[in-house]
Amino acid sequence: MRSADRPLSPHLQVYRWQLTSVMSILHRAAGVVLSLGGLLLVWWLVAVASGPEAYAAVSGFLGSWLGIVLLLGWSAALFYHLCNGIRHLVWDTGHALDLKSVYIGGTIVIAAAAALTVIAWVAGMSRWVG
Amino acid sequence: MRSPLGRAIGLGSAKDGVEHWLVQRITAVALVPLALWFVASVIGLVGADFDTVQGWIGRPLPAILLVLLLIATFYHASLGLQVVIEDYVHAELARIGLVILVRLACVALAVAGIVAVLSLALGVPS
Repeated sequence: MRSADRPLSPHLQVYRWQLTSVMSILHRAAGVVLSLGGLLLVWWLVAVASGPEAYAAVSGFLGSWLGIVLLLGWSAALFYHLCNGIRHLVWDTGHALDLKSVYIGGTIVIAAAAALTVIAWVAGMSRWVG
Repeated sequence: MRSPLGRAIGLGSAKDGVEHWLVQRITAVALVPLALWFVASVIGLVGADFDTVQGWIGRPLPAILLVLLLIATFYHASLGLQVVIEDYVHAELARIGLVILVRLACVALAVAGIVAVLSLALGVPS
């Protein structure tokens, strides 16, 4: 029997978007983004170990508009995945699993991730300018 | 590693599911302080010249924490990406191939990063 012929249960497109499901898939997406960011981290470290020319190339890229966009996305993904990861660790202990706590925790995670991202960029930019 | 129940009844899908779950969480706990330290450090290095950055990576504490960060990051990434691949890639050969590829890439990236940090920390000329 070909699996394509089997009846399927209702899937993503059937359901209304909700905070819980969106945050769940964002956690995954952020994890994938952070894995790709690992390439950047290793490139940076190897460049510093290789010498001034290699380092100039990586800093030039990170300072370009594409580099800034990537760093912005990387930092937002990192703070989101970090905060939501702590939420997952709390769940692993069996706490905060009722619907109300799940929504409260979700709201806290989004607020904390956004705040940390803004703080990091304000701190970084003030050093850049100053 | 097995769960007590799994060991007692001698059953389990792949016999090592608990280890995957547990190591993902252990690396996650390690990454909370390591990632925050790294971001704070990078912010501190904004605008710094090459010698400053190179000197910083080679200092004992940053070097130790960077190596730990690399190990935890790529172990965690390899476990997480494996689950994502297993969920979405349904063709068996492609799935197994991708998981192996991701695992190898994570090991290679971790080794590359660690060698870079150690070469600076131990004063190996580039």
